[in-house]
Amino acid sequence: MVVPIAVPIAVPIAVPIAVPIPVQSNRDRPAIVLAAPACEMRSTRPAVSGPAVELGDVTKVYGAGASAVLALDRVLLTVERGEFVCIVGASGCGKSTLLSLVAGLDQPSAGSVQVRGRTALMFQESALLPWRTAVGNVELALKLNGVARAVRRARALELVALVRLSEFADKRPHELSGGMRQRVALARALAQDAEILLMDEPFGALDAITRDVLHDEIERIAAERALTVLFVTHNVREAARLGDRIVLLSSRPGRIVDEFGVPVERPRRIESPEIAGIAASVTVRLREEVRRHAS
Amino acid sequence: MRADLAGDEIRPASATAGDVLDRELSGLDHLELAFAARVPRRRRVWQSACPKVAAVTFVIAVWQVLVWREWRPENLLPSPTSVGGRLWDDLGDGDLWRALGTTMRRALVGFGASVLIGGSLGLAVTRFRWLRIAVGSLITGMQTMPSIAWFPLAILLFQLSEQAVTFVVILGAAPSIANGIIAGVDGVAPILRRVGNAMGAGNVAMYRDFIVPAAMPGVIAGMKQGWAFSWRSLLAGELLVAIPGASALGARLQSARKLGDAVGLLSTMVVILVIGVLVDGLAFRRIERSVLRRRGLVGEH
Repeated sequence: MVVPIAVPIAVPIAVPIAVPIPVQSNRDRPAIVLAAPACEMRSTRPAVSGPAVELGDVTKVYGAGASAVLALDRVLLTVERGEFVCIVGASGCGKSTLLSLVAGLDQPSAGSVQVRGRTALMFQESALLPWRTAVGNVELALKLNGVARAVRRARALELVALVRLSEFADKRPHELSGGMRQRVALARALAQDAEILLMDEPFGALDAITRDVLHDEIERIAAERALTVLFVTHNVREAARLGDRIVLLSSRPGRIVDEFGVPVERPRRIESPEIAGIAASVTVRLREEVRRHAS
Repeated sequence: MRADLAGDEIRPASATAGDVLDRELSGLDHLELAFAARVPRRRRVWQSACPKVAAVTFVIAVWQVLVWREWRPENLLPSPTSVGGRLWDDLGDGDLWRALGTTMRRALVGFGASVLIGGSLGLAVTRFRWLRIAVGSLITGMQTMPSIAWFPLAILLFQLSEQAVTFVVILGAAPSIANGIIAGVDGVAPILRRVGNAMGAGNVAMYRDFIVPAAMPGVIAGMKQGWAFSWRSLLAGELLVAIPGASALGARLQSARKLGDAVGLLSTMVVILVIGVLVDGLAFRRIERSVLRRRGLVGEH
């Protein structure tokens, strides 16, 4: 059933776009709110004040006319610096759209997107370049980030070591397992020198054991590097395991319908009863949302 | 660190959480690793050479049988041994090498120009939508045009000269190369472009680091086909466009036919065939295989 779209297409004109993101490229995207250029920000990171991500009534419409799809409807979300926020929702709720907007790959139809800091994006498929080795993939990110050739290799090897893949640095993606590929993708994301990590169901295609171990791994790295993480998943337990906060997004149109804090001390374990309890209450709410779409 | 959580007591007291995680990851990694069964090199060479030798032997055997049964008089269809003998003599003679040199030079010039022209045309078509609409199907149309059909026009435009031959070689090869690039770039997974954008690649970096390498398999297939077309057009051209004083493989064929020298004709044909096989096998197939193998797309063959 197609839900009639309440917001007319004239919205972009009616509501002024507060902060359009003018540049396509992530690298030379200036810190939006700040006067300081991006290169200065990189060296002196938390000198910036204010939340890492602020979405103010963000609306995103794809297409036009009768066939237009309202992917996001007045989404209001603030992610504090160093916070780990999980976005949960059924399929088709615009979770990936949200990440694209924060990454600057797409512009909102209305509302404001403020991102303070550099972002890196990780996908469900590792999307490594198959012709480059593990360390070569990380090196490319450094190269595009303007790191001098002389130090690139060493820096890339450090990052590969950080995700504990030194032994496999010279393997190509097809020689690695799914979990290993995602760790290379993580190293590549870190090579982009990002403070804000945007993860789009990064562990969705992995087996359960590998996923559990990678939860420990991402928790460790996010804490060590003081990263802000925006993590999209449809696995409620995963969200409860990882997030400081869980944001529940409804489908069609994508709206924030609920938020849950996860007041469980870290390090956590996915099988712990506290996590299971929180996951259960989120699931109840999620099912309610899904039922709304029954015909 | 993890003292508050269940499962801690089964770990050795000395192990930190990091150590445990490290060992768990390492364990998973090693369980995942495929067993690489590598065939020894000698056996691989043997396995690939054996069927080829058998096929060549079979063809020669059929040829020999036809000669023995006197299907055609000996002066028209000479035996494999006499052709082999002539080939051996020719190899010691300067004229074959001069002819080979001329033909190969023309082939390389023509193919090189085709790569430049076809390559830039292909890249332009992938870049500009209107250009694709305008000439996309025209390129495929050009490919189906037999190169020999271009020669009358080429001779009118350039007389009996090398330019006429090169012109036709380029017309034969460039469309294949352009098509290879178009197919290769069209086949690039959209996720790779997305990754490139997310990593902040500009226009140049997008092509250099993402699109061009990703399109390589298609590009090489196009080059391979382009070479085959240019080699064919070239030999056809050398038969038709005889340039006085210049010795070339095609010209040798033509003069052998005129002189009724069947042995010389066949030995030159063998040279042409061998060059075709060698260039394909040693140059293109090798590059193609290494490109595909690096991406895990192909095994041995």
